[in-house]
Amino acid sequence: MPAKAKSRKAARARVSSGHKGSAAADHRLGASELRRIAEKIFRFSEADETEVDVSAVTSALTRFANNTIHQNVAEQGISISVRAVADGRTARASTNRTDDDSLRRVAAAALELAQVQPRNPDLLPMLGPQKLKKVNRFAAKTAAATPADRARAVAKICKMAEEKKQTTAGIFSTGISEFALANSRGLFEYYEETRAEFSVTMLEKDSSGWAKASSANINEIDCEALAERAGQKAADSREPREIPPGHYTAILEPPAVLDLVGFLFYDFAATCVRDQRSCFTGRMGRKLFGENISIWDDVYHPLQLGAPFDGEGMPRQRVILVEKGVPRNLVYSRSSAAKMKAAPTGHGFSLPSEDGEAPFNLVFSGGKASTEEMIRSTERGLLITRLWYIREVDPYKKILTGMTRDGTFLVENGRVARAVRNFRFNQSIIEMLASVEMMGPAVRASGEESFDMVVPAMKVRDFHFTEVTKF
Amino acid sequence: MKHIADSAIEKALAGRATYADARVMDIRYRDISTKNGQVGRCSEGESVGIGIRVIADGAWGFASTDRLTPAGIESCVSEAIAIAKASALAKRHDVVLAPEQPFVDTWQNPFVKDPFRIPIESQIAVLLAADAEMRKVKGVTLAEGSMSFRRIEQLFVSSIGSAIHQVKMQSGAGIVATSFAGDEIQKRSYPNSFGGQHMLRGYELVEEMDLARHAPRIAEECVALHSAEKCPEGTRTIILDSSQLGLQIHESIGHPIELDRVLGMEANFAGMSFLTLDKLNSLRYGSEIVNVVADARLDHGPGLGTFGYDDEGVPAQRTRIITGGLFTGYLTNRETAAAIGQSRSNGTMRTESWNRLPIIRMTNISIMPGDRRFEDLIADTDDGIYMETNRSWSIDDRRYHFQFSTEIGWEIKNGRRTRMLKTPSYSGITTEFWNSCDAICSREYWTLWGTPNCGKGQPMQTMGTGHGAAPARFRNVKVGIASSE
Repeated sequence: MPAKAKSRKAARARVSSGHKGSAAADHRLGASELRRIAEKIFRFSEADETEVDVSAVTSALTRFANNTIHQNVAEQGISISVRAVADGRTARASTNRTDDDSLRRVAAAALELAQVQPRNPDLLPMLGPQKLKKVNRFAAKTAAATPADRARAVAKICKMAEEKKQTTAGIFSTGISEFALANSRGLFEYYEETRAEFSVTMLEKDSSGWAKASSANINEIDCEALAERAGQKAADSREPREIPPGHYTAILEPPAVLDLVGFLFYDFAATCVRDQRSCFTGRMGRKLFGENISIWDDVYHPLQLGAPFDGEGMPRQRVILVEKGVPRNLVYSRSSAAKMKAAPTGHGFSLPSEDGEAPFNLVFSGGKASTEEMIRSTERGLLITRLWYIREVDPYKKILTGMTRDGTFLVENGRVARAVRNFRFNQSIIEMLASVEMMGPAVRASGEESFDMVVPAMKVRDFHFTEVTKF
Repeated sequence: MKHIADSAIEKALAGRATYADARVMDIRYRDISTKNGQVGRCSEGESVGIGIRVIADGAWGFASTDRLTPAGIESCVSEAIAIAKASALAKRHDVVLAPEQPFVDTWQNPFVKDPFRIPIESQIAVLLAADAEMRKVKGVTLAEGSMSFRRIEQLFVSSIGSAIHQVKMQSGAGIVATSFAGDEIQKRSYPNSFGGQHMLRGYELVEEMDLARHAPRIAEECVALHSAEKCPEGTRTIILDSSQLGLQIHESIGHPIELDRVLGMEANFAGMSFLTLDKLNSLRYGSEIVNVVADARLDHGPGLGTFGYDDEGVPAQRTRIITGGLFTGYLTNRETAAAIGQSRSNGTMRTESWNRLPIIRMTNISIMPGDRRFEDLIADTDDGIYMETNRSWSIDDRRYHFQFSTEIGWEIKNGRRTRMLKTPSYSGITTEFWNSCDAICSREYWTLWGTPNCGKGQPMQTMGTGHGAAPARFRNVKVGIASSE
């Protein structure tokens, strides 16, 4: 990996100019450069208090379909966002220009916007310096990945597909992001992380399979194993037959669980409960889910990514949200904590925000069962690879609708009997989490409807599949 | 802007690109929201940068940067070419583009009032006035309002000689009343869900909405929904309001006609399409009264899919998608048009920002008006359900099977709108549904709705699309299954 850039000029000098043996384009600015930008804005600002968010991103994504690379992109950019406070009022202005005139202008714009607001009685003074727990989510190998590295990996997957007479599509992405939060009371916090993601679909004439993984470390992503898995799913789901909809035992692989339970995340926000639009409104402390369900938010979990501080700079805390089926705690911003007589948990959004806060690092308790054990113990049920286009039908009963996709199988008498056509479901997540019979170990799962979380595979009784589609 | 874009093209061609285009974009935005009498979000911002797309070694590369200095442009071009050469490591054939003419032009959508020149305090006051009206209604537990404005200035330059300067001014606003009681959360929005109505217009659009005047009605309906009967389960005649029909068009016509989906390019994420190539000019998509166009021209209206040229320099066009019920057209770009042997792209390449690759996107996908008055349509219906304002939406990854819920419904009995219904929902198979359409209201009831939140692509891009629609009637539709036990 290239050394950390000490200045923008140095970073620019290392930009790759050819694909053979070239280094990745590491445009990182580093903590000192982000601090320098923030301090310049503090000098330009005439607000009572000033807060500066600076984020910089370098990312690249190689996209393939029909056994070839068809889109291949890279992005480099910075965003500077300034919050001004004037006489109990606050507002935000942003730019991606870094020259002095632009920084002076964005500081003035934030102040002007703040001055015309109604006074906000809930506004708290900005935080002073905080003590943060360290996390390391920067992997040199990921930062060093080149377009040629990604292309060579994809070329192997395309070859695998051709050998199996399958068609492949997917993405392989790598990126670096860095973020600094500073304010005029002396707070300065910096976070950097790398991220690699590989997602692959294998298609046959009447079937498909899918697999996906993400990590800070590209070395932890086995593209060929994921493609092998997707290819096997596609082969196993040939000639799907239609079976009637109804209530079935469902064996949900981790991505399917993730994309369902991901819809719960904002319900754990104190502001959401206070606004009476959470499914936990009036239900805190009552047994809602099965005894086997515990959920917490934990940015420090080894399978999680993300900064250890929130939008105001509060250190994030590990919070037990659900304990043995009982919703116990919510997450709080400083403002919602003050209103609800609780302690802030370090989950607040950047201000001003009407949404308050949310947990983004959910971790579910798991079990010890393997997917094979779940299948063996099932007389009649459905094995679900992945779900798609999930939307909320009823926010208080927490009924979601969506489709199965890329590998749906009938399980009979303890074995996978055959592939079946995809179903639509309408299912309450509250009822689902009260009906979990078996769980696998919690793993980092990637889907398309939710941010990545740590969840197990689940065997759920009486999952409600309501209609069948044509494939 | 011009010298930056020109230098990118020169450098790309010098770097042995066989084709190059560059988009310099300067995007300015203002977002305001209110909740229960307080300002929620209030922010302004700008984002400026360049996206450079090249073909080298017969393959695509794209890179973007906000460093608009000579060195920044040079490294961005080098990166785009390096990426194209890497793409060539896994190519099956060279990229071929349908021919296109070079254009040197400027285009701007007309508007009356620049929303960025309206004092922000007066915009906040408009939202707070509507907020107060909603909260006057007992039972409303949450009153919310929002406005958003975008000014997108862009210069497109390409190696075939195009230089196209465009400015798009976009405005939107809406309000929502929410009521929690018992074990229900009910919600009503005006003039639509998804933050209301959005168009390529100025602040006059927001003024015409008259949010405060409509606030009491939606608040009262929201609270009344708690005591309404639940939408029955069964097979019924339904009439959809124009905003819900707009979303039905978006999901079950707009997405499946994207030719990149049809050709498998979106198979990993957004999915594919049931509209395989053999269905062009042969599939009976809908009944004979169903006529749908993709129309990006200003003549069609100032929709979120209106522009002068698309993001690969192809002029805005009108394409017949469904003609008298027959499927007659896809959304194409220069590459996919060539792939299926068509002589020209119909101009649907669009990008969210300077840092995203243009991809095929809906423009304004609209159903053409019919000949019925809305009152006559109700009077002509013996037994049905009228559904209004989308609440949830879902469709499978080939766009066959859908399910929609709306915020509110009314039962129609013997030609009259009768009792209110809560949790209305309907579901079906795309072609069966459109073939069951037997009446569409006339131009007087037709609205060009804006959908500001259409997601597609990897990395994900959010795009605004337009959908002109008038209320329409459909027979033998499955209803009520979303909340069945």
